[in-house]
Amino acid sequence: MSALLELTGLTAHYGDFQALFGVDLTLDAGQTLAIIGANGAGKTTLMRAITGIARVTGGSVVLDGRRLDRMAAPEILRAGVAMVPEGRRLFPSLTVEENLRIGAHARQGSGFWTLQRLYDLFPVLRDRRNHPGTALSGGQQQMVAIGRALMSNPRVLLCDELSLGLAPVVIREIYAAFPTIRDSGTAIVVVEQDIGQALKVADHVHCMMEGRITLSGAPASLGRNAIHDAYFGVRHG
Amino acid sequence: MIWLDTLIQGLMLGGLYALFAAGLSLVFGIMRLVNLAHGDLIVLGAYLILGIGTATGLNPFLAAALALPPMFALGWLLQTALLNRVLGEDILPPLLVTFGLSVVIQNALLMGSSADSRKLPVGPVEAQSLALGPVNLGVMPLITFASAVAVIFGLNQLFYRTALGRAFRATSDDPVTAQLMGIRPQRVFAVATGIALVVATIAALYLGARANFDPSAGPARLLYAFEAVIIGGLGSLWGTLAGGLVIGVAQTFGAALNPEWQILAGHLAFVAVLLVRPRGLFPRAND
Repeated sequence: MSALLELTGLTAHYGDFQALFGVDLTLDAGQTLAIIGANGAGKTTLMRAITGIARVTGGSVVLDGRRLDRMAAPEILRAGVAMVPEGRRLFPSLTVEENLRIGAHARQGSGFWTLQRLYDLFPVLRDRRNHPGTALSGGQQQMVAIGRALMSNPRVLLCDELSLGLAPVVIREIYAAFPTIRDSGTAIVVVEQDIGQALKVADHVHCMMEGRITLSGAPASLGRNAIHDAYFGVRHG
Repeated sequence: MIWLDTLIQGLMLGGLYALFAAGLSLVFGIMRLVNLAHGDLIVLGAYLILGIGTATGLNPFLAAALALPPMFALGWLLQTALLNRVLGEDILPPLLVTFGLSVVIQNALLMGSSADSRKLPVGPVEAQSLALGPVNLGVMPLITFASAVAVIFGLNQLFYRTALGRAFRATSDDPVTAQLMGIRPQRVFAVATGIALVVATIAALYLGARANFDPSAGPARLLYAFEAVIIGGLGSLWGTLAGGLVIGVAQTFGAALNPEWQILAGHLAFVAVLLVRPRGLFPRAND
């Protein structure tokens, strides 16, 4: 079976500063992938490079046979890759429901995700649908951001730092939605500093450091020590 | 009673200024672009209406309707070919480019139709008036005012009730995240400038019907429009209407005291509002 999303030798720069050094990564249909690593490891840059927000300076991103790395961000979304950006980035002048609807801006035809299904997934949003998106609590805003990305019915959903700044109970509530998202046929990539949460939902884990993937494997096959070392950059022998 | 009459005439005049300002307000609200050629584009619209009317024999209202699609197309082209290239973090390039555009339009009009002042012949409606109690209302000023309210209402509906309006607001809030939603900001901007020129054409109809215009009439209209937008609060369409009315009323009261004070009174009202409310009457909460 060929991969749904395949990154080969991906590099990215911010001006003269190189942020990614030849990242290879594959994501299969229906798979949930976690990318963990400390602050500044290049995780967010990787997400931004895939979605066309950061400039790719080398290598390739291929979704189901289509090159994405030369496309602009709106075209990459249309191709089927949606992102929940770090910090949620809801539109302040839009209500909760408008924030969700704008996620379907480029959508053609029908798909699994509708407003109704999102309100079933996150019932609290239904009651608050006419509030400004930014008037909600952090956790609820994160639900809106996830719903907004799902409204495009993406084949791949990238989630950047979902748990940042949220209480553990709220994080659990958000991650409880993942099985439903996965069952809808969407492959998921979560970027996390919260290793515990990432290991719980993922089929496969990559650990990043200084713009490179330093460790990969199924969560069960990787020892806690190996992950710890890769995360903090401890080198043995 | 003369004061009531002056107030009503001022409100009517304010409607015209609000029409001048609506397109400017729309474009500023969406892409933070101050279009210094806005007044000249209104004058260009007036010449286009005049040209269509002369060529076809249609009255200016119908000629204006025919002028709307080409003006929309001009706005689209202007944004796509020129303004999108200079929009960015730095606010200076768009100011310089639209200032240059203003000079280009004025000189092109001067070459195309001489410096003579022109007027749109709207016919008998120009002289008609309605007696409402003690006040006599000109039919044209009344239509102008009603059009201003209708345009602002229409733009508000577009902004808050349609998918396009949602895309306008989202792009205005955060263009990068908007792209993650599949929105192409440059296309959104092109549509916005197209709509702004449609509104400018409506303003042009009433400008040309009310008074004489010539190729150099644009900058003064821009000034009134700009003051109306600032008084109303940047980005607020109803605020822009209110701003237009403030200037209109100030001007007619100034003129009632002394005809030489009309223009001055409008500018003084602008300064007075800014002293009390530096962000305008209805500032947007999230700016």
